[in-house]
Amino acid sequence: MPDYTLRIRRYSPENGDAAHWEDFQVDLDGSRSVLDGVLQAKDREDGSIGIRCSCRAGICGSCGVRINGKPNLACRTHLDEAHARAADGVIVVEPMGNMPVLKDLIVDMDAVHWKKIQRVTPWLLPDGPPPEREYVVPPDNMIDVTQTMACIQCGACVSDCLSMEVDPLFIGPAALAKAYRFVGDPRDGHQEQRVRDLAEDPHGLYDCTHCFNCIEACPKGVAPMSQIMRLRRIAGDDHHVEDRNNGHRHEMAFVKNIEKNGLLHEADLLPDSYGGKLHPRAVPELVSSLPIILRALQRGKVTPAGALLHKHKAPKDVKRIFRDIEGREERYELNLYVAGEEEDAS
Amino acid sequence: MVRAMPAHDVLIIGAGLAGQRAALAAARQGATVAIMSKVHPVRSHSNAAAGGINAALNPDDSWESHAFDTIKGSDYLGDQDAIEIMCREAPDEVLWLEHAGVTFHRNAEGKLGTRAFGGASAARTYYIADITGQALLHVLYEQLMKHHEQIDRYEEWFITDLAQDDDGRCVGAIARNIRDGAMELFSAKSTILASGGAGQCFKPSTNALICTGDGMAQAYRIGAPLMDMEMVQYHPTTLAGVGILITEGARGEGAHLYNADGERFMEKYAPNKLELASRDVVSRAEQTEINEGRGFEDGTVALDITKVPRKRTLEALREIVNIGRDFAGVDITREPIRIRPGCHYIMGGVKADIHGRTAVDGLYAAGEVACVSVHGGNRLGANSLLDTLIFGRRSGEHAAKRAAGLGKPKPVRAQLHDSERAIGAIMRRTGGRRVSEIREELGTMMNEKVAVFRDHEGLTDAHSIVRRLKDEAKNATIDDHGTVFNQDVLGALELGYMLDVAECIVVGALERKESRGAQFRTDFPKRDDEHWLKHILESRNGDDTPQVSYSPVTITQWEPQERTY
Repeated sequence: MPDYTLRIRRYSPENGDAAHWEDFQVDLDGSRSVLDGVLQAKDREDGSIGIRCSCRAGICGSCGVRINGKPNLACRTHLDEAHARAADGVIVVEPMGNMPVLKDLIVDMDAVHWKKIQRVTPWLLPDGPPPEREYVVPPDNMIDVTQTMACIQCGACVSDCLSMEVDPLFIGPAALAKAYRFVGDPRDGHQEQRVRDLAEDPHGLYDCTHCFNCIEACPKGVAPMSQIMRLRRIAGDDHHVEDRNNGHRHEMAFVKNIEKNGLLHEADLLPDSYGGKLHPRAVPELVSSLPIILRALQRGKVTPAGALLHKHKAPKDVKRIFRDIEGREERYELNLYVAGEEEDAS
Repeated sequence: MVRAMPAHDVLIIGAGLAGQRAALAAARQGATVAIMSKVHPVRSHSNAAAGGINAALNPDDSWESHAFDTIKGSDYLGDQDAIEIMCREAPDEVLWLEHAGVTFHRNAEGKLGTRAFGGASAARTYYIADITGQALLHVLYEQLMKHHEQIDRYEEWFITDLAQDDDGRCVGAIARNIRDGAMELFSAKSTILASGGAGQCFKPSTNALICTGDGMAQAYRIGAPLMDMEMVQYHPTTLAGVGILITEGARGEGAHLYNADGERFMEKYAPNKLELASRDVVSRAEQTEINEGRGFEDGTVALDITKVPRKRTLEALREIVNIGRDFAGVDITREPIRIRPGCHYIMGGVKADIHGRTAVDGLYAAGEVACVSVHGGNRLGANSLLDTLIFGRRSGEHAAKRAAGLGKPKPVRAQLHDSERAIGAIMRRTGGRRVSEIREELGTMMNEKVAVFRDHEGLTDAHSIVRRLKDEAKNATIDDHGTVFNQDVLGALELGYMLDVAECIVVGALERKESRGAQFRTDFPKRDDEHWLKHILESRNGDDTPQVSYSPVTITQWEPQERTY
């Protein structure tokens, strides 16, 4: 059988040693998992290696770790794949990020992850007493929230969340996805209060920077960032909640700009993002942007004529795309359970 | 100074579906509740029950039909009074879950929709894609968080022993905080075991690594008898090697089984129900094909899910699409996947009545750890979630009512010191075999000798091996001598639990000289109602060997018949 080397990050709070790396050789088939590898090292060489694990099938969410720097479940990462991606042929296994390490590969999920989950009032709040039989709800809504029910609370998205690195108080991808599970559930009677609460929290809905890390990290296809975007759309479109970070207006400035010009007309973008050139909010922003504008002029990135006299008009095709999308009755859903999986080329 | 002992009306050990349901029910009765588990509640193995939960909720269906299917599935070893209760209460339980927030699949009208499942005469399985157990578990945990003022959660606490007062009543438990190694005596008026099964006695197994029979062994050690321990279910569709489960939902949705010659072999064994016969029947059919040389070279047969429309598979069997890809490298929507029977569930457990009461006063049991018995010789798919919820709730209610009439319990503090000393002694051992080695030998041996087909010779062998391993385990060594997350020392305790449970499984299988449900004896290939329509009970006697006795099967309205599918 092929040999693999696992380089495991070791740390014990009891012996006074700093965290350090330790290599273990495992002899397992490449189709076996990194978890199988860690457990073999634990069984044969050092029973003190700490790792949470239970189901071995990617369902219980216990064995979230970082493998070669990327968060994943140890049980669903094959040794041969991990080996192929390892920098020098050594599979590096370390605890998840954004959470304090308790021992070896075990992190304090309570201190971070579960605290954030509790922040979003994580239980159904129906209006009034339940019906005699089941709530009758559209089948697609149930399939829709099933995507977030597929979350196993493994913490991989939390581990890799860039916003949380900068703002540890950010509610974060897992808890916001959990929030969508109630906001998107037609039986819940507090949709507006929920999104308003999350939107008004300075560490809430608009703290996400769309880095896609959580989508990539999630082993279950929950796509937390998509759920965050859907929460924002519900907040903005359905409940007229204002985006406190100006992100929504900025996005709409792009849309308007392209609809009008076909190509991006950058000189309009900034003022439009703040409500137009004459909007009181735009003035200080424009003033503070002056040095950037001047540098851009200096380096020839923009010319005064180009900036002020953008003549390009959107072609018919662009207008047609806009008509097409705006003419739709329903929002385009960022949900694979509803939208279906993309068929491959064959 | 001695710290105050944590004290509750009801202590629940295990936080899967049975435990969480018990906690919510007990809290609703006004009791103070503690729920304790060696893992975080959402890591519990209830997660793995993928396919669904049975209930005769549809107006065209009836609880009697559900009950009969369950009784026939049990090969008439199930107690019919308990089965009647489970099937009668199932519809209300499913509605309770729906109201609590479970995102059940809906039909086109927006009402609860069903899928077909094995051994059932109607499509009565309610589900959430193929993550039913997971969705239920996470929604119940939402409710635990909601009721946090009444329910104290002790997450990642490992129970070492049940506590008894001087009269032998169960009055709580002794537990170790996994996070810092602190030992604590928890006092409780009523204690409910909801700690799940013991699949790790077998290797491979579909069961999680935490399913080490803790509660069964703990109850057995304080004198509560175990019942029907020989009844170990082999699930028909598990992946070779690692033993990971492919849900019965796949066959419920229309997948077929083929042998290596391309024959749909279930036509021979169950001409009417085909792939949807009871699990024991399908597993035996597969094993027969494999043993007679019609399987693939790796000891498997093929499960063909390509029969199911791709869109439906992606929507309703999404998890096994992932499992096929991640654990077998197979796209199940395009090609068959190789499977074989694998250890999955134990129908036996701590003997409990319809209120969850065991033979020890103050001790209840619910879920897989218990044997009420609603599954008898063979459990139907999608009845396990139901069992956990119905008997979890009933235990929680009864335990809370019992506690309301009782004074302060009197646990014996010396027991805490005994448990502490026992752990210290494990850490000081030298020179013995590694715990992991003994566990490996046990699992491999059990899967070889106590599997789908059993005989006297193999079982006798198995018994002497278990006895030897028990001796070796007394001196088995570990590496970790620390206090923070010392999983090594917990592994040594788990090995002790597994060996007690394994011995009871083997002794029960040796004792039952007939073939019924999951127990198939090649030396006694027929069901023998005259001699063996009875439960086998095993109690621990003084010299640490199981003492066998019997109890009758309760029959209400369904007399045993020949069982065909």
